Amino acid sequence: MNQDTATAEAVDINQDEGDFSFPEDYALDAGIGLSQATLDYISEVKGEADWVRDFRKRALKTFEAMPMPTHWASKDLENINFDKIRYYLSKGVKPTRNWEDVPDDVKETFERLGIPEKERKFLAGVEAQFDSEAAYSNVKESLEKEGVIFVNSTEGLREHPEIFRKWFGKVIPTGDNKFSALNSAVFSGGSFIYVPPGVKVSHPLQAYFRINAENFGQFERTLIIVDEGAEVTYMEGCTAPKFETTTLHSAVVELVAMKDAKIQYITVQNWSANVFNLVTKRGIAHENAEIRWIDCNIGSRLTMKYPGVIMKGRKARGEVISIALANDGQHQDTGAKMIHAADETTSNVVSKSISVGKGRSTYRGQVHIPKHLKGCKNNTECDALLINSHSRTDTYPAITVRGNQHATQHEASVSQVSEDQIFYMKQRGLSEAAAMSLSVNGFVNDLVREFPMEYSVELKRLIDLEMEGSVG
Amino acid sequence: MSETVAKLEPSIDPDSLSWMSASPRREFDSEPDTLPGWYREFQSRSWRDFLATADPGRKDQNWRFANLKVSKFAGLVPTWKLADADAAALDNIQDRSVGSVEPAGRFVFHNQRLISSKTDSLADGVIAMPIAQALVEHGELVREHFMRDEARLGGEKFAALHGAADLSGVFLYVPKDIRIEAPIEVFHSASENETVIFPHTLIVTAENASVNVVDYFQSANDTDDTVAIGVSDLVVGDGSEIQYTAVQEWNAKSRHFQLNSTRVGRDGNASRCVVNLGARWARDESASRLIAPGGNSDMLAVNLATGDEEYDLRTLQLHEAEHTTSDLLYKNALYDQARTIFSGLIMVGETAHHTDAFQTCNNLIGSDDAEANAMPGLEINADQVKCSHGSTSGQISDEEVFYLCARGIDPEEARRMITFGFLNAVLGKISREGLRERLTEKLRRKFESLA
Repeated sequence: MNQDTATAEAVDINQDEGDFSFPEDYALDAGIGLSQATLDYISEVKGEADWVRDFRKRALKTFEAMPMPTHWASKDLENINFDKIRYYLSKGVKPTRNWEDVPDDVKETFERLGIPEKERKFLAGVEAQFDSEAAYSNVKESLEKEGVIFVNSTEGLREHPEIFRKWFGKVIPTGDNKFSALNSAVFSGGSFIYVPPGVKVSHPLQAYFRINAENFGQFERTLIIVDEGAEVTYMEGCTAPKFETTTLHSAVVELVAMKDAKIQYITVQNWSANVFNLVTKRGIAHENAEIRWIDCNIGSRLTMKYPGVIMKGRKARGEVISIALANDGQHQDTGAKMIHAADETTSNVVSKSISVGKGRSTYRGQVHIPKHLKGCKNNTECDALLINSHSRTDTYPAITVRGNQHATQHEASVSQVSEDQIFYMKQRGLSEAAAMSLSVNGFVNDLVREFPMEYSVELKRLIDLEMEGSVG
Repeated sequence: MSETVAKLEPSIDPDSLSWMSASPRREFDSEPDTLPGWYREFQSRSWRDFLATADPGRKDQNWRFANLKVSKFAGLVPTWKLADADAAALDNIQDRSVGSVEPAGRFVFHNQRLISSKTDSLADGVIAMPIAQALVEHGELVREHFMRDEARLGGEKFAALHGAADLSGVFLYVPKDIRIEAPIEVFHSASENETVIFPHTLIVTAENASVNVVDYFQSANDTDDTVAIGVSDLVVGDGSEIQYTAVQEWNAKSRHFQLNSTRVGRDGNASRCVVNLGARWARDESASRLIAPGGNSDMLAVNLATGDEEYDLRTLQLHEAEHTTSDLLYKNALYDQARTIFSGLIMVGETAHHTDAFQTCNNLIGSDDAEANAMPGLEINADQVKCSHGSTSGQISDEEVFYLCARGIDPEEARRMITFGFLNAVLGKISREGLRERLTEKLRRKFESLA
């Protein structure tokens, strides 16, 4: 079998799981293209307060004024046609708490993807977003009694403005980049979470994002505020069916960890290969707080995502753990931003990427340690594995250190699966593909262990499938 | 991030360079123009490119972190407008131009004028002469290699200006199988305010030849500010070797832009070492191209930045053929309010399988106001590649100083020793003992000038 066909088949196998869609019958549709009217439609449907409407309108102006960041980013961005995208599609604005009430096709979608089953097993709360709105949202009663709020963005801004308005758009301002501005204009769905002081949510909260419609843009908005001494783990997963046309997913995720709080944010991104995944994620860690981004990118056509932590309080900690797998036609442009803004703050970035076939993976990082701080530390490690001769990998970190009280180190390496290793395993009766897969799993193993059990099993399986037939 | 871009003034004001356009120099020259036609055309084309090329801007990735104010020039004075230095001044410059005891060749330029040269011990067939003379006498040979690689690390405008200007510096050609053991040394001196000089070094080795060259950049005094816009090109023939060192020790008012390119043939070996000790602002753009199997390029730098000096170092290791290697080691020690920028890229082309490429930049920050920026980059398109890069920023640990103090060494001396130990990893790679010692001495002197 020719190598390229083999790799292509490997992609097909993997995408099968999420590659199905239901006919579109949406009660609410904002039409094609973006204008003031689109924003008015979304605000009207959601019954939003005036300040949210103004926020959207200002954001639209910012979006229109900002250029594409193509002076440093991939030229592929120019292939996004903002006039052909549908910005809001929904079967109804209010999510149901009861799984039985979810429309059949949506229910079937999520059942095929195993969502309610996972919830029964171990999750503390689940939200499932179908195109623009959450179709289902549930949180364990015991948590609700402790004051944990887990709702979608519409409800969060309407029912709990006293909690969410203070931080909304503050961690990531509208004008941060062109896509955060776009999100601020047309956001819908996403999770708004508040954990009161001292509450430690023992099981993860989960959100599941699904795109069903063609030519659609999903713009969820997530804001997680964890109050003093509280802890939470949040997981998100994403899939979409494979269309000929491009689909846009542009989320904004803001995290706020108050004093001594801990947030762990886990993403397993497996969009189909026609999705532009352009996401802005950033957290603020106050004194002695910890924010960890655990990020796995397997799908999409182009992913640009650089989770960041602003360490604002003394002894705050930030961490990004990232696994990226780029197959034919994919560009995983991922990285991390660590902004040290207080004494004795520490950050850690560990990134591993695998490029298969003609895939391209890129690490882009920023570490900033300003003047007059003391005792800041950063460690960055980026390892890349190239599988085929057409595979490509790039690393572009930027590290600024002012003053003599800090320590930073950055290391990156690029390597192949060693021929000796493969030969050794073949000697022991493994097929070449199995040997390759074992070797690749060994490469990411120490990071995969950072994911919760269910996810790490799933990840290993996904990597196995992606690797199949790519030996060469 | 705000998207409004402040309008920056041009980094080089063309009006201040009007003396360069057309061919004003010829009006001043009483002698007939002997330079070859192709070169005159190259100059005119470069001047048009200079005018047409945009100035470095804040959004330009190749100028990220750079201080665009320092790299702005206006009112520059060409050296041909200056009177000849008097005999006493020339003696003084000669005395300052100290290098190896027995060099194989020696050139001293002041304000672009050759004031002395010594080439008598060179073997037959070796060409060593000022570039301006080589353009006339060996026009075709120079043409083959002259500024062949385009600037691609941000200095396009500077390169164009250099291409349009009158040059000083040396052309060196070493024929097949000739190995020159002793170093060839070139001293570039300058004086008078706002003087702009264009030092150019072009070294070409034929098969299995070898040569070792050192460029020294020194001010004639501590008061006059000089702007140097230099180019140095190494063309390493098959199986041959070039060792090159540039020692930049301009006074604290001067500025230096240097564009370096290295091209390594089959089984060739290039080693380029940049030492920055002076100047208010120095930017080095160094590219190494490995164009045939078996080639190796070592890129080294030692930078001791003090006061408000800014050293901006951009590098490219470009692997275009299979089985090539490159190794980069840059060491920066920073004191006072000094800034350094390191931006390095290893680029492994689609066919450059079995490449080994390494890149390390270490910053030792010795004061609270110093700032080190590092952007170590990799772009890998080939298979069977071993690549790594590493960058660190750190300080002298109190434990190390304490340990040395416990052995009777005073803290000042302890810090000096640790800094030297840090920089020594690069100096140790310079194989010529005399040069290594001279550099160590220069570093020691600068270190002692620190408060």
